[in-house]
Amino acid sequence: MKAARRFGGWAVCSRREFLSAAAGTLVLTANPPTRLPAQGPDSLPGSGPSGRLWDPSRAGRPLEPVVAADNDAAIQAIEKRLHCTCGCGLDVYTCRTTDFTCTTSPAMHQQVVTLAQQGKSAQEILDAFVRESGVAILMAPPKRGFNLAGYFTPSLVILVAGVLLALALRRWTRGAPAPTPAPPPPPDASPAELERLRHELQQFQE
Amino acid sequence: MALLGHLSLWLAFLVGLWGAITGFVGGIQNRADLQQSARNATFALFAALLVAVISLEISIFRHDFSLEYVAAYTSRNLPTFYLWSALYAGQKGSLLFWATVLSLFAMLVQIMTGGRHRVYLPFVAAVTCTVATFFITVMLFAANPFERLTFMPLDGRGMNPQLQNPGMVFHPPMLYLGYISITIPFAFAIAALLSKRLDSDWLVAIRKWTLVSWLFLSIGLLIGMWWAYVELGWGGYWAWDPVENAALLPWLVMTAFLHSVMVQEKRGMLKKWNLALIIGAWLLSIFGTFITRSGVIASVHSFTQSSVGYYFLVFLVLASVLSFALYTSRLPLLEAEATLESMVSREASFLFNNLLLIGIAFSVLWGTLFPILSEAIKGTKITVGPPFFNQVNIPLGLALLAMTGIGPLIAWRRASIPNLKRQFAVPLTSGIFTLLILLVAGVRDVGALMAISIGGFVFGTVVQEFARGARARHRQYGESTPYAVVQLLARNRRRYGGYIVHVAIVMLFVAFAGMAFKTETEATLRPGESAELKGRDGHVYTFTHLGISQYNALNRQVTAALIDVRRDGKAFGRLRTEKRQHVDALGNPTFQPSTEVGIMSGLRVDLYVVLAGLVNGTEQAVFRFTINPLVWWVWYGGMIVVLGGLIVMWPGGGSPAVKRAQAGYAVRLVNEGG
Repeated sequence: MKAARRFGGWAVCSRREFLSAAAGTLVLTANPPTRLPAQGPDSLPGSGPSGRLWDPSRAGRPLEPVVAADNDAAIQAIEKRLHCTCGCGLDVYTCRTTDFTCTTSPAMHQQVVTLAQQGKSAQEILDAFVRESGVAILMAPPKRGFNLAGYFTPSLVILVAGVLLALALRRWTRGAPAPTPAPPPPPDASPAELERLRHELQQFQE
Repeated sequence: MALLGHLSLWLAFLVGLWGAITGFVGGIQNRADLQQSARNATFALFAALLVAVISLEISIFRHDFSLEYVAAYTSRNLPTFYLWSALYAGQKGSLLFWATVLSLFAMLVQIMTGGRHRVYLPFVAAVTCTVATFFITVMLFAANPFERLTFMPLDGRGMNPQLQNPGMVFHPPMLYLGYISITIPFAFAIAALLSKRLDSDWLVAIRKWTLVSWLFLSIGLLIGMWWAYVELGWGGYWAWDPVENAALLPWLVMTAFLHSVMVQEKRGMLKKWNLALIIGAWLLSIFGTFITRSGVIASVHSFTQSSVGYYFLVFLVLASVLSFALYTSRLPLLEAEATLESMVSREASFLFNNLLLIGIAFSVLWGTLFPILSEAIKGTKITVGPPFFNQVNIPLGLALLAMTGIGPLIAWRRASIPNLKRQFAVPLTSGIFTLLILLVAGVRDVGALMAISIGGFVFGTVVQEFARGARARHRQYGESTPYAVVQLLARNRRRYGGYIVHVAIVMLFVAFAGMAFKTETEATLRPGESAELKGRDGHVYTFTHLGISQYNALNRQVTAALIDVRRDGKAFGRLRTEKRQHVDALGNPTFQPSTEVGIMSGLRVDLYVVLAGLVNGTEQAVFRFTINPLVWWVWYGGMIVVLGGLIVMWPGGGSPAVKRAQAGYAVRLVNEGG
């Protein structure tokens, strides 16, 4: 408390201090310091670079702008057949477009784009991934060897079960008695009861 | 509280053991005192587990971070909404929730079962107590929710952002209710086998419980699909993930049972098959639990890997061996009371329907387990994802959809040619007409063409059934058409409620087919810039980035992008998509930032906008715009499934004996009609 002392809420200072402060205020008013950065025209809609965020860190990993390859249907089709190795269980395309914390799928996407730019076909790109990481990199196993059991066992089982069921039905129906004509209505039923029965039966049939 | 909860678990364990022993012994020796004791044990079991649940919830709400579970899944700033659901957010709590709900069902079945079915109750108590005791054992020895930490953290880790969604409050409980309630039909089946009372009585006792279970599982699956759709990172509403498949398996088997049970009720046939289906459905529910909790198969939905998988595996193997040994020993008592009279009959169509449902269940199970088989047999790791499942299951699904329309058109016992012609004329016309409309409209996708035109056929079947019923009532009683339809539903709930479910299945298939017409694009936009995307509905949608705002909410820091949407140049609405950085009470980040989707839902298309990220910390943002066709139909189709299920379940409609007699009369009339 060198320059000012408080007495009952009033700040007390010397004459020299008061005059210095007044002169400083005058100078500042006449020549204001550099202005705080105002919203520049470059952040207006549709023009120039955008304004910076207050806290970019809370918006997740920064991304690169989209390029044509990101929307290339052929690239996407390849990525849908590749398994992201981050452990998510999704294909590369789904992972990179839904899990934005994943860094594996964007890297795999870049790899696909690079291979495509080298003029490689879809199959060649898939083969390159298989050579690098094994067949587990494919979303569905290739149709060869033991994997054929994977593809065809369900259909075969259902087919065999269907044939067995049809044979069993045939055997059961062969042993079944021929359809018998309907028995006559009970002789002791009144016309009203018969009408009620007919009505109930018709209702059920309908 | 934690001590009380822990002691309650031990008490529940002892009571469960007691209930299991007294139930089995009392049932076998026919001792009334032990039977009563087993019944009381189910009440005591529920009370003890309820105390444990309340203890855990109080610990959660008091932020007692000395408990490992509370510290791992909650934080001081977690909204109250999610504090409730933290009970089942983790492995340990969900096991407690599971055991408690099972004990509730065990008690309810003792209270609600009356009449002749009471003879099964001691065994039912024994089976439910055995299963509940197993879950309590897992908790006590491998995953105790009341386990204490050696230190007291200032704040908990909080709940995973993906779980902080309204789906979390409804999806797991519904799915668990479905899974857990399968134990009741299974317990009745085991009771019937043990007591050798294998007439149709046990069937009547369990049909409603199976429907309850099927309904909860349907709701659980539906909410799960919705949650996976609105929450990013789970691959959309159905991704053939192992955990999704595990939930679908018992649903498929129970659906097969709900169809084939009609044959047993009306004709006294398929007893062996129905018992096998119920046992299989329950074993699949335990298998699903094993898959979810063991980490044996990689899944985005599974709990963290732990040793509980071994417990479930042992239990699954033991339960399978014991159940099927008992089943096999009783096969001679399960002979059919009638024989099939014709290949072209409702009974035969139900058998083919069952073949397809079980075939789909098998192919899903096979695909789910094939990576393990491949690694075990060939030593090769492979991935079995959506391309495999779609290839195998789409043809089977279409065949099943067709059976949905064919089955109701075929008469019981024996269908004649004139009868078939009369029955199939309208539905076939409806299917062909739908196909023609689609072709004229320019649809060329074979899968979509088949799904929607078969859907048209099934819809024609259902409309014809309602129209004929309403016309008959109009002739008989002079009722107006709307009133006659209501009366049909009220008087024969099972039949017409079932048809409503069939309509809902058509809606679901049409919705699935719609995804073939999905369009999407990614774009980088500065504020004011726009991206255009043309949907398959013929409209051009313009998305304009209006700007980014950042603010703090209760337990998160939000970065939100506002998007203006115009359709064909006209204002259509606004969407908001967000990045959320969750923080603890001290402001420290708890998880990686998550993304919230902006969705505008309509009858024809959903506009689905995702803020993928921002470029160099500026307002320039990367967006993914997707037009998803017919998604609305999935949710409303699902709701109609539930509505149809509720109609079927609603009490009333006469005894099975009366229905069986009526079925006989109906067949006679068909024969007479030629």
